[in-house]
Amino acid sequence: MWYTGIHVVSAKWGSVMSAPAMGTTKTAHSDVAPKKKRGPGALATAYLVIYNVVMTAGWLVIAVGLVRAYLVRGSYHGLYFSIEKPLKFFQTGALLEILHCAVGIVPSSVVLTGFQVLSRVFLTWAVTHSVREVQSEDSVLLFVSAWTITEIIRYSFYTFSLLNHLPYLIKWARYTFFLVLYPMGVTGELLTIYAALPYVQKTGLYSVTLPNKYNFSFDYYTFLILTMVSYIPLFPQLYFHMMRQRKKVLAHVEEYKTE
Amino acid sequence: MIERREGWEGNDRANEGERDLFPQLKPGVEILDAKTKDKLCFLDKVRPLHKYYPQWYAARQSIRLDPKGKSLKDEDVLQHLPVGTTATFYFRDLGAQISWVTVFLTEYGGPLLLYLMFYFRVPFIYAPKYDFTTSKHWVVHLACMCHSFHYLKRLLETLFVHRFSHGTMPLRNIFKNCTYYWGFAAWMAYYINHPLYTPPTIYGEQQVRIALIIFLFCQVGNFSIHIALRNLRPPGSKTRKIPYPTKNPFTWIFLLVSCPNYTYELGSWFGFTLMTQCLPVAFFTAVGFIQMTVWAKGKHRSYLKEFRDYPPLRSPILPFVL
Repeated sequence: MWYTGIHVVSAKWGSVMSAPAMGTTKTAHSDVAPKKKRGPGALATAYLVIYNVVMTAGWLVIAVGLVRAYLVRGSYHGLYFSIEKPLKFFQTGALLEILHCAVGIVPSSVVLTGFQVLSRVFLTWAVTHSVREVQSEDSVLLFVSAWTITEIIRYSFYTFSLLNHLPYLIKWARYTFFLVLYPMGVTGELLTIYAALPYVQKTGLYSVTLPNKYNFSFDYYTFLILTMVSYIPLFPQLYFHMMRQRKKVLAHVEEYKTE
Repeated sequence: MIERREGWEGNDRANEGERDLFPQLKPGVEILDAKTKDKLCFLDKVRPLHKYYPQWYAARQSIRLDPKGKSLKDEDVLQHLPVGTTATFYFRDLGAQISWVTVFLTEYGGPLLLYLMFYFRVPFIYAPKYDFTTSKHWVVHLACMCHSFHYLKRLLETLFVHRFSHGTMPLRNIFKNCTYYWGFAAWMAYYINHPLYTPPTIYGEQQVRIALIIFLFCQVGNFSIHIALRNLRPPGSKTRKIPYPTKNPFTWIFLLVSCPNYTYELGSWFGFTLMTQCLPVAFFTAVGFIQMTVWAKGKHRSYLKEFRDYPPLRSPILPFVL
């Protein structure tokens, strides 16, 4: 059988083959069809809009609660107690987002989302809630404020995106505020974990020692230290990822600014 | 893109002194990069791309007819491929490769040695007063023998029993796999050989005895399956056939399960968990079970796709259940 032509295309994965060009040839037909994104159905969209609206409202409640408490008390200290319950409720509620990814109505990675939500939930419950002594620390206010502003912007971003009416301001805020809020939040989180360490060591909180009939041990104190250390490789990666996203998203400034 | 290059018959006849029927054609097949129009190379089958790009040795090449499709096999012949008069191949660099045998030997050798280090209580693991002491519990000695036997068996199977479909896997796998095997081995060994280890308390000696029987039964079973699978495939070939029960009773499980090697492996580790009554061992068994189930389901699906007469009674890994 005679072949009129055989192409070996180095598609997007292979490195560019460098060798002298050769005569006139047909241009490669791109067999790589764009991946068809099947968005969530109408019911899923309605649900997600409600979810994101509720979450936006929830974090606004926390924001307002913080401001009011500050005005009433006249100081920044100990504001955690005034928003403890809504913080726990809405931050824990974010666990649903893992489900959204798993079911497929949100096109994000289950692993990535899971990791982000669980780390927040861990800080809320396994550190701040569990170690009473840190609740009056200022570092708690630092990460709570960072989370609050971030979440208000993030959930309104999703709400508007789902409704296909995303104001440029929200998009800009989402991809700009993190530049300050992310380091601020991380600082607050690390300082809080650090403040919890002595109490954990003293009380042996969440720790299991040998001997026991299941031949297992766990030292929560060491675990917290390892958690703090893990921020070193993780934080820069996430931060620079967001910066790259920012460049990509805000690059089309001219097209969207008229919205 | 290639110009018309195929002309075996023309060339052969020319060589025999006959008139060159197709003077514009030369033998073989020339490959160009369609995007950059660079000449890649001149092929007579799927392999010699590396002659022109030596860094892309054969094991790294993935040539396929569809960018998202499966790789063509080394044995595929151009004439038999489902292409029209214009054939487009897509090349993908699979990255640095390492042989399966190397990976297996490393990932199994580690646990064998690491466990023994904990068993013999080499310094810097436990408190100095325990250095080079031995446990007073006989189940600890038994566990060491079982664990070592298991990994020794795996090493020997890698060298003498298994017949691999692919020669290599991506290099990064060795780091991932070794972390898993070595990490878990060290974690389990630490507790089993700890001076404060508590032997099984729930049913004591009887528990250990039953656990040992389960463990040994499943080790023999697992080995039987490996032999049966090896015998399906003649040496040097890569044929795939449906495995069936043989005279060996341990293979009769093929009636109910597609991947009984995984079933027996799960059983072995379940036995080991029971024997040591150690939570980290239970975790290791659970994680292994999840991974093996994923593999078993994939294998089961390929069997169903490839063989129309595949026995319907079989489940991937657990009879009737999973």
